[in-house]
Amino acid sequence: MQIEIDEISKEFGTTAALTPVSLSIPSGALVALLGPSGSGKTTLLRILGGLEFPTAGRVLFDGADATALTVQERRAGFVFQSYALFAHMTVFENIAYGLRARPRTTRPPSAEIARRVTKLLDLIQLPDIGARYPNQLSGGQRQRVALARALAIEPRMLLLDEPFGALDARVRKDLRQGLRDIHDTTGLTTIFVTHDQDEAMELADLVVVMSMGRIEQVGRPQDIRARPASAFVRDFISA
Amino acid sequence: MSDISPSRAFRPAATEAPWARITLILAVVAILAVLLFAPLVTVFFEALREGLGASLATLADPQSQSAIRLTLLVAAFAVPLNAVFGVAAAWLITKYSFRGKAVLITLIDIPFSVSPVVAGLCIVLTFGANSWVGSWLVAQGMPVVFAVPGIVMASMFVTFPFVARELIPVMVEQGRAGEEAALTLGASGWRVFFTVTLPNIRWALLYGVLLCNARAMGEFGAVAVVSGKIRGLTATMPITIEMLYNEYSSVAAFTLAAVLALLALVTLALKTLLEWRYADQLAATHRH
Repeated sequence: MQIEIDEISKEFGTTAALTPVSLSIPSGALVALLGPSGSGKTTLLRILGGLEFPTAGRVLFDGADATALTVQERRAGFVFQSYALFAHMTVFENIAYGLRARPRTTRPPSAEIARRVTKLLDLIQLPDIGARYPNQLSGGQRQRVALARALAIEPRMLLLDEPFGALDARVRKDLRQGLRDIHDTTGLTTIFVTHDQDEAMELADLVVVMSMGRIEQVGRPQDIRARPASAFVRDFISA
Repeated sequence: MSDISPSRAFRPAATEAPWARITLILAVVAILAVLLFAPLVTVFFEALREGLGASLATLADPQSQSAIRLTLLVAAFAVPLNAVFGVAAAWLITKYSFRGKAVLITLIDIPFSVSPVVAGLCIVLTFGANSWVGSWLVAQGMPVVFAVPGIVMASMFVTFPFVARELIPVMVEQGRAGEEAALTLGASGWRVFFTVTLPNIRWALLYGVLLCNARAMGEFGAVAVVSGKIRGLTATMPITIEMLYNEYSSVAAFTLAAVLALLALVTLALKTLLEWRYADQLAATHRH
């Protein structure tokens, strides 16, 4: 799905989290929102997911105005920074949650739900953990379960907030490839937030460098490396 | 190296010396025995002083039965209503930011700082026959003061903070991510509440409800002012116990007191049982 961000601004009280930003994300791209904390990248991601609403501006999905769509109507697969798995449910129930939450008319029968959950567990290469509880999993396994749960609703896009933030360096590297593979398999427009320039440069097709609520530069990793648009971008990517 | 003798017993940094440990333990045991255990034993001892028959005769008395019924009725109204209000208030305070939040938190705490007697008086002054609200209510045949509604209101006032106060710290710690995740997965607000919020707070809620229930059944001060102490009509168990005691019917007074204490012990036992029964689930759902 193609995403168009049109002059979006967001204020919390008197502080501006986003000064008007515009951005065009091609369908099927893997995009990194890169910036230091407080740069507005998470706010932008949450606006796309429908968890925050912009003070001004529009969001367009495939050309249609989606600004007023509720979080449920957006159908965005969202992976939270600390994964926000439901601790009182098994991995299976976590992944099935979105399907079971559907209205009766569009809810798949339970055998079909089970089939889909099993398929997703295979996709994240953890076929045997359906009966476990989240606190019995490692950090990397939790991240992949959160990904599977987000994919279960057949989302129109995948939004990830610091998906590797809580993991140690080795697991991080493995899971980067995991996300790349899942993106390539599903073909979903995928946007992830990170403050780690290595991660953004290595993984994304398109990197959006942000600072102080503004977009500093948008481009392919090699272009940003070769021609940083500002002193901030040059400093940030060489850090 | 010679100053470290091999025979010296090392102990972990966070452990006290044996004499300190024993003193502390003895002090706690002594305080528990004098303040909690001895009075409780005395209640049962005094209740059974003239034999089980005399105690049971007290319970067969219509006045006692009416008191027990009224106390249970009041708890049956006050506890569920306060549970709903408490959850709603805690939800509002922890999941949203709005103007006047600090005022709301202070309001919830008022019953903790206001004397129950004052609370009872406020209800009498607001809803009594001398106020226009009260006289209107009496004209409609629905008197509040010296009647069951007033007793329920007084009990609710006194127990209002228990549920909310138990829930607020838990909900603050859990944050909003779980609810937000459920919303992005397409769940409606109510579904999120019942499948994510409620399961996360159920132990704190249960604990708050039990505390609220114990206090609602045991409340004396506020109810004493509001109820008018009409025997067989508006006298709850604590009120009846006081009246019986003042009339030197000590077996009857202590028997009712024992029943009240038993109700409290049953709630406590229930809580322990639930904790034990769901121990593995509790451990599983504890924050990582």
